[in-house]
Amino acid sequence: MIHEPRRADSNVAGGSDAGRRLSEGGLNLKPSGRVHVPDSLDAGSPGRAVGEASVADPVFSCRDVSVFYGAKQALKGVTIDVARRQVLAAIGPSGCGKSTFLRCLNRMNDTIPGARVTGTITLDGRDIYSKRQDVAQLRARIGMVFQKPNPFPKSIYDNVAYGPRIHKLTRSRTDLDELVFTSLARAGLWDEVKDRLGSLAIGLSGGQQQRLCIARALAVQPEVILMDEPCSALDPIATAHVEDLIEQLRASYAIVIVTHSMQQAARVSQRTAYFYMGQLIEVGDTDRVFTNPQHRLTEDYITGRFG
Amino acid sequence: MKRRAVRKSVNVLALGLSALMTAIGLIFLGAILWTLVKDGVAGMSAAVFTQNTPPPGTASGGLLNAIYGSAIMTVLGILIGAPIGILAGTYLAEYGRKSALSSVIRFINDVLLSAPSIIIGLFVYELVVVPMGNFSAISGAIALAIIAMPVIVRTTEDMLNLVPQGMKDASTAMGAYPWRTITSIAYPAARSGMVTGLLLAVARISGETAPLLFTALNNQFWSTSLKAPMANLPVVIFQFALSPYANWQQLAWAGALLITFAILVLSIIARVAVSRLGPGAARK
Ligand SMILES: Nc1ncnc2c1ncn2[C@@H]1O[C@H](COP(=O)(O)OP(=O)(O)O)[C@@H](O)[C@H]1O
Ligand SMILES: [Mg+2]
Repeated sequence: MIHEPRRADSNVAGGSDAGRRLSEGGLNLKPSGRVHVPDSLDAGSPGRAVGEASVADPVFSCRDVSVFYGAKQALKGVTIDVARRQVLAAIGPSGCGKSTFLRCLNRMNDTIPGARVTGTITLDGRDIYSKRQDVAQLRARIGMVFQKPNPFPKSIYDNVAYGPRIHKLTRSRTDLDELVFTSLARAGLWDEVKDRLGSLAIGLSGGQQQRLCIARALAVQPEVILMDEPCSALDPIATAHVEDLIEQLRASYAIVIVTHSMQQAARVSQRTAYFYMGQLIEVGDTDRVFTNPQHRLTEDYITGRFG
Repeated sequence: MKRRAVRKSVNVLALGLSALMTAIGLIFLGAILWTLVKDGVAGMSAAVFTQNTPPPGTASGGLLNAIYGSAIMTVLGILIGAPIGILAGTYLAEYGRKSALSSVIRFINDVLLSAPSIIIGLFVYELVVVPMGNFSAISGAIALAIIAMPVIVRTTEDMLNLVPQGMKDASTAMGAYPWRTITSIAYPAARSGMVTGLLLAVARISGETAPLLFTALNNQFWSTSLKAPMANLPVVIFQFALSPYANWQQLAWAGALLITFAILVLSIIARVAVSRLGPGAARK
């Protein structure tokens, strides 16, 4: 598909190498143990992930990205691309840096006192951490959906209209009405709320609130949508709803979703990135990663041996 | 079994003691309120609201100038104190949450919060009254503002901290600048708590006597000038209650009842504000 084939490395896929890694058993699983990553990708820079980190014409391109919270390093030299019109799932055990990675992409780490980001991240080829980059404008191009639905203490309408209003996206009330309608419709919420646009968003169910948050993000007309465990506070039916929605949105947006559920990653994503202790261990086609993981740690994780 | 019996009797004892203490507290409160209402109502008349404070030796008289002065200086005090207090509270909660400067400000604010109000009176006396050359309503308002400010700083910060971080993050992530997130998301979410804080500050300063003794002092006559001494209920109560004249003492009781009643009304409004503005109220 979109992935660059030359990244598929024989050294990694080779039976003997994989066999050797597997035969090492659980020896390296102690948290203090150094993760063995073949230096086959981008020779010369250690710590590169197994699999296909690069894609042609990426939306985001992260090179050697590290994040520090004070003295603690939460993300270690992550190199990965995010492809257009595709869902990238970030999986891995709790605390491995998935949310930290996501927050790098819209510079939300900037809001955390003591957080520091190194390396380069480009959006459509432009460095988003450059001095000339206006952070608010950057964030306007990137929608974000959080773990807990967090509607504003406003009406349903005003929730969706918030982004367009702060960025002055519409000229007239009719334009705004239209944008609110399309956003709610795209989020699959219009029919459920069209008769009570003026009532408070807090009155909606959890699943509806989360779809409202998605609609709210869509209303700013972003290029990318970041989702941090968007279903972990939802019941199975609401989860299915949101997953269907992600499937539809994929046609128009690049989506990065953090999930602790491997089943969800397998269902909604086309590409999967596995993080472990701040490192990107493996990234590739979701089908390939789940059926034929190339790194022992990935295999351990998806076969449920830990995490 | 034995341990349980011990625990049970300790429990009963503690419960009994706290009930007793509550009862004692309530008895005193009841006695105060009863005296206040009895003597206050006795002193109440139409003249209280239509006539100015009487000179010594005259039979009639009211509190009109003192009521007006209290209202003016309280409102002015809040008008000066609220913007500063709200902005400072906002700084502490949103901008400088973990900075060293914030810790210092927070500490000073707490000191100010518990400072005896007579010291604030003296402070304003030195700073405003002495340079001006005379007691004045404006210096009274400034003293009241300084007393209201730490209350407002504190409630503003506390209420803003109650607004879920996720809500503010959502706004930030949409590309809102901090001031936009604060004014469009945080303030509305914290509205009822902040309004309550303001009303409590009003209640607090409307009964202050000591700082006004050094600043606005008193005025026997009707005066609306901010540069002149101004009558006000607390100081009038103080002077009249200690006077030998029966009609002055009665007026003092009436004034005390008025202030208490005003504070009661404010507290009720604050309660109603919390439930009315409820949907926008901060939720944990
Ligand atoms: N604001 C923060 N301050 C300090 N450390 C943090 C902060 N956020 C996350 N961390 C640490 O960074 C690591 C990665 O966290 P996170 O990205 O939230 O992991 P995940 O989302 O995969 O569970 C964890 O060890 C966590 O304790
Ligand atoms: Mg997380």
